[in-house]
Amino acid sequence: MIEVENLHKHFGAKVAVDGVSFTVKKGEVLGFLGPNGAGKSTTMRMVTGFLPATSGAIKIDGKDLEENEIAAKSKIGYLPEAAPLYSDMTVEGFLKFCAEMRGVPAGEIQSAVDDAIKTTFLEPVRHQSVDTLSKGYRHRTCFAQSIIHDPEILILDEPTDGLDPNQKHEIRQLIKRMGETKAIIFSTHILEEVEASCTRAIIIDRGRVIADGTPDELKAKSSNAGSVVLRAAGLAGSGIKAELEKLSESREVEVLESGDDGIHARILPAKGKSAELGKAVSALCKDKSLTVEEIHVEEGRLDELFREITKSDNEA
Amino acid sequence: MDAIIKLLLHFAIPTLIVSVIFIAILNFLLPREVRTIFKRELKSYFTSPVAYVLFVVFLGISSTLSFFFTGVLEGGEADLFLPYFQYLPWYLVLIAPAVGMRLWSEEQRLGTMELLLTMPLAPWHAILGKFLAAAVVLFSMLVLSFPIVWTINYLGDPDNGVIMAGYVATLLVALCFLAVTSVVSALTRSQLVALLVSVAICMTLWLGGLPHVSELLMNLKGGWLIFWPVLKLVNIVGVMPHFTELAKGVLGIRDITFFITFIAFCLFATSVAIRLKRA
Repeated sequence: MIEVENLHKHFGAKVAVDGVSFTVKKGEVLGFLGPNGAGKSTTMRMVTGFLPATSGAIKIDGKDLEENEIAAKSKIGYLPEAAPLYSDMTVEGFLKFCAEMRGVPAGEIQSAVDDAIKTTFLEPVRHQSVDTLSKGYRHRTCFAQSIIHDPEILILDEPTDGLDPNQKHEIRQLIKRMGETKAIIFSTHILEEVEASCTRAIIIDRGRVIADGTPDELKAKSSNAGSVVLRAAGLAGSGIKAELEKLSESREVEVLESGDDGIHARILPAKGKSAELGKAVSALCKDKSLTVEEIHVEEGRLDELFREITKSDNEA
Repeated sequence: MDAIIKLLLHFAIPTLIVSVIFIAILNFLLPREVRTIFKRELKSYFTSPVAYVLFVVFLGISSTLSFFFTGVLEGGEADLFLPYFQYLPWYLVLIAPAVGMRLWSEEQRLGTMELLLTMPLAPWHAILGKFLAAAVVLFSMLVLSFPIVWTINYLGDPDNGVIMAGYVATLLVALCFLAVTSVVSALTRSQLVALLVSVAICMTLWLGGLPHVSELLMNLKGGWLIFWPVLKLVNIVGVMPHFTELAKGVLGIRDITFFITFIAFCLFATSVAIRLKRA
């Protein structure tokens, strides 16, 4: 549905987006991750046709965005980052206006508005004027606007910003559910959100895509993926630590707790050895006849990967 | 009683006909997008106090000043053109930008520009819809000045055809000023800046056409050098001569064409300004 190829955006001398490429198919939810100012919003603004690209191609549903602007825009629902609203309208009036602008047939506008209000929990403020709304309601009103015409493509710039934990959960569920039939891009700072609702994620830093994959693939890339947490007794903690460090599969042993008769530690895998580390540790325990109280292999964590790759980039 | 019948015949019915034609064009000729934008904008004028305040200011100033300073009452001839219509564009230099200043700058301040321009519509839909809504506000303003016309008709027996021509000319000048404001407001997110700059431009467009102003400027030492290009330009785009011709009751094709071209050019310039702002 969305194909982006080698997209560039320059603001004067500043390069905001520097060769971003990705595709999103129907049934996919793509998470955009990246530090502030990385170019996420700028990329989204170009895909929605708000900003013209400096160079590169954007195709919506197989057709070039610039050549078929109106047709492409009618397929997209968009929630801008700032969640802008016309402050002189009521929530319902605003949604009706958007439905009409989006080409919802006159007879279906009321039911489209009712549906959007229901999905985004806006019932209590339906007749309230927009400029008296709290931040969470404002955000949801703008979110409702983006789904009012049941678009095939949804582009959401930080959709859960300003919501309380319950509402965040609901919106994530909603994104996941809608993702089955639509192509969705959403940006976020919250990494658990990516794990909760994305089928794929890309990490953008300083205008470039620096990681692209399913959340699981990305987690596996983090250097802590495959580390083993062990709680064992039978030997002095320092002795166990020394043994663990001797293993060729281990890179580092992080001691969480150490005593005269045991250890609680996280063993980080050596490069490329994350698959074998678990076996090696349990073999060692058998060898030294340690009493294993707890052993488990940790998945990588997205926030670790995020910090690692965006940090190393900044230092470079 | 006589005056009321004349008022109905000469003004109310033509106004009604114009309104019906306008509504018909809006509903049947223009695309849905223009209509939707138009309705939203018009509603927003009347849900905020802006329109009412401007109505009161315009009607207050125009009627008081006309009655007290231009001598309509003493004139006896009740020839409305000279005292009344000659002064209307002076107020419109201020009023039209005040009506139009929010058109695009408000959109930029709220950030709703991002919503509007990602909706499936061509930029001219939005530009025209907004312009028409503001034009209706100005039109209503002129319609509401009918008590003056009624008074004149009550006191004497004026040529209502000339008065009508005066109104048409005034409306066209108001729309020109509004179109200028549309361009300026597309270039700034501040309504105040939009207002001040538009007033300055409209003032130049208006004053530049006054013979004694151009004479004065030309006679300044070295003024010739500085003001000549400006005056030449104003000679071409100045609204005053066209207004004067029309207001006299001479509905010349040339003058009407001038106004329509001027407005069309400004609306086109608005679309260019919006594109520049985005890139």
